[in-house]
Amino acid sequence: MIGYAFLLILAFSAVAYFVGRSTGSRFVATAGGKVHSLPGYHGAFVALWVGLPALLLLLLWVSFQGSAIDRMLLASLPETLTAGKSASEIDLIVSEIKNVAAGRMFSQPSADIVTVAERLQGWHAIADWAMIVVAACLMIVGLVLSRRLLSPRFRARNVVERIISGLMIGCSVIAILTTLGIIVSLIYEAAAFFRMVPFTEFLFGLRWEPQIALRPDQVAGQGAFGAIPVFVGTLLISFIALLVSVPIGLFTAIYLVEFADERVRAVVKPVLEILAGIPTVVFGFFAILVVAPAVRDFSNVLGLAASPNSALAAGLVMGIMIIPFVSSLSDDAMKAVPRSMRDGSLALGATPAETMTKVILPAALPGIVGGILLAASRAIGETMIVAMAAGLIASLTINPLDSVTTVTVQIVTLLTGDTEFDSPKTLAAFALGLVLFLVTLTLNIIALQIVRRYREQYD
Amino acid sequence: MTETTYSGSDAADRGNDMAARRKRRDAANRRLQYYGIGAISFAIGLLALLFASLIVSGYTAFTQTHVRIDFPISATHVKPDAIDQGNYRLVVRDALADLFPDVTSPADVRSLGQILTNNTQFFVRDAVLADPSVIGRSVTLEIPASDPFDQLNKGVIDRNVPENQRRVTDRQIGWFDQLVAQDRVTAPFNWALFTAPNSRFPELAGLSGAIVGSALTLLVCFVLSFPIGIAAAIYLEEFAPKNRWTDLIEVNINNLAAVPSIVFGLLGLAVFLNLMGLPRSAPLVGGMVLALMTLPTMIIVTRAALKAVPPSIREAGLGMGASKHQVIMHHVLPLAMPGILTGTIIGMAHALGETAPLLLIGMNAFITSEPGGITDAATALPTQVFIWADSPERGFVARTAAGILVLLGFLIIMNGLAVWLRQRLERTW
Repeated sequence: MIGYAFLLILAFSAVAYFVGRSTGSRFVATAGGKVHSLPGYHGAFVALWVGLPALLLLLLWVSFQGSAIDRMLLASLPETLTAGKSASEIDLIVSEIKNVAAGRMFSQPSADIVTVAERLQGWHAIADWAMIVVAACLMIVGLVLSRRLLSPRFRARNVVERIISGLMIGCSVIAILTTLGIIVSLIYEAAAFFRMVPFTEFLFGLRWEPQIALRPDQVAGQGAFGAIPVFVGTLLISFIALLVSVPIGLFTAIYLVEFADERVRAVVKPVLEILAGIPTVVFGFFAILVVAPAVRDFSNVLGLAASPNSALAAGLVMGIMIIPFVSSLSDDAMKAVPRSMRDGSLALGATPAETMTKVILPAALPGIVGGILLAASRAIGETMIVAMAAGLIASLTINPLDSVTTVTVQIVTLLTGDTEFDSPKTLAAFALGLVLFLVTLTLNIIALQIVRRYREQYD
Repeated sequence: MTETTYSGSDAADRGNDMAARRKRRDAANRRLQYYGIGAISFAIGLLALLFASLIVSGYTAFTQTHVRIDFPISATHVKPDAIDQGNYRLVVRDALADLFPDVTSPADVRSLGQILTNNTQFFVRDAVLADPSVIGRSVTLEIPASDPFDQLNKGVIDRNVPENQRRVTDRQIGWFDQLVAQDRVTAPFNWALFTAPNSRFPELAGLSGAIVGSALTLLVCFVLSFPIGIAAAIYLEEFAPKNRWTDLIEVNINNLAAVPSIVFGLLGLAVFLNLMGLPRSAPLVGGMVLALMTLPTMIIVTRAALKAVPPSIREAGLGMGASKHQVIMHHVLPLAMPGILTGTIIGMAHALGETAPLLLIGMNAFITSEPGGITDAATALPTQVFIWADSPERGFVARTAAGILVLLGFLIIMNGLAVWLRQRLERTW
């Protein structure tokens, strides 16, 4: 329905544009040189007045329809369904009603639920149609009013340009709103978590067993929310990943900058781009299909016992994923070293390797370090590889052959399936998300700062 | 002359020394070169291994073993006035009894039935529904073989391993071989992989739901991020005054581009699902989350494209009396469009492969139909791959790899389009 409403608004705005433009053309024909704006601007003026309010209405409607109907549904539940039920049981009933209303029936629902579900369907239909009707009315009013404003001396161009400028400012503010949205929602949910679990226990506790019961009738553990094992696991896997990707990425970049001719570069660059463009879920599957069995077999040969989802396998594959990232950032850093420094070194008789290690690398070091920090932030925030190849149980170990878990894996496992926004199990994911966001943000800011300051030195 | 005699041995010494040093230095030079070659070969080798392992384990899913069976549709099992309520289980049993008259004990009949997919009865029902005139006659259908026999036919399950270590018994293999001998077993191209939605049974599971879901998600993502990204980029590049406010926006955008994607999933879960009450698992929400995630990339790419348009174009336009808006809309933006489009396609390809945020908003649900609109529950290609990778059945390994190949196919098409656009439309000033 939203899609159709959107198309309707687009079609209406197009019609409005042509109405306004033909009015503008008539002005040109009758008033000649005295018309201020081109006909197209008259059209755009009318179209903006028709489309913008309707789009805004659509946005607000979509944002609030769901929660408004939910509230109405809760208020209208018959006594027979709610009598003596706890909040989470009522939530279950509500989700069953929604499933029935959407036509997903797993068993024969009770008559009460069917009636409520039918009422819900009715409300949804009413709300959808009301949205279309209200939007259409708004657009017609906009068309009539804005059409009236048009006149040969009307400064349509200036108005349109001012509206468009405002829109553009609005669009660039969205980036800030996104950041604010992330920070506020993470802090809000994390604060709710820290009201249930003390802050110090979360940061310094050594046991992480978050699978507690959402409903009283579930069998589950007592729950412990000490995140140290999770942090250690994340650092272990990221460290392995950097151990793989930094030397390989760096040597690749050195070869490409100093030794490779055009032909080699024409092959290697696209290969690295392909490697960078492969979705992480593919790397995750590669890890469980090839790398994890290989790691297990290899450690069996050495007489060591490896877990089927060892930190080593996940870290290795994550390292592969980051290679192009490290190599392209170090490549940029080395290319930014002025050519005169390189030529000077070569002219003094240094070999290319000596030029590289004694001149270019030291000069490019801040940029390379910045790149490695960015890579570390990538590794810490990477989700799919570890979600598929790393473990779920948080064990406090730094043995790379053991199974460890990471912050992102825990977020995914805590938030898929039943989510209840008043259970510490769900909210713990937001606390982890907050830590993840702050750590990666700090790393990014430091890295970008280093890269930027260093770049200014040579510009 | 005197000089050589004077320092003869000394110079020879120094010459030897120099030669040894040069050798060492050259060796160091070569060593660094070899490290580089080694690193590059390692990366290329891993990429090759990745593709090889995907193709080796995925290509079998592009064919599907079918068994041709004649189903006698007797009027006792299927009443002409209630076709969809007929007892098709019995129809299937009769058809197998016709093929194997000597199989009579209930346990044997059951294990014989396991050769065909679990949903065989529904295939027969659909065939009868499509053509009710077959009641009283018999209908010949190509029925997908169940996963173990599909694997057996493709050689994934080894006949030589002891019976208790494989999922098919010797008797079942015997029956299957009889079917092969009767020329009833075929392995045509597996169109169902693209036309069927997801299923619990590997032999029936397809990607159509995920492909439609991904298309709808990308559509929402594009509709939001393309105009918003361009508008924001134009403002920041062409209009914004250089002050702290725009500096803040810029730093912000650069940092957002490096925020882990799962954090956007948390944002979507907390704001779009919990606060606004938008439907779970819907492409609408997925597209909104991905739009927020790709927006910084879109803005950065668009700004680069705008920056590449030389200032002379702007000055000429302004000189002719155009307003600043007109110069940008009529000249700068069209000239920057190829660069913007290339960046957009690459951004969309990135969004297509993104999985983590979609998991958090529930696009990894088990859904056995294609979504009809952007508010229906759906999965996307990468989340479908994730679900299949988690499934224990042997057949899903091949399906997962095949799903990845399909996903990579779409990515190659999109990136190829971007490269082609760049070469076709890019101009240097």
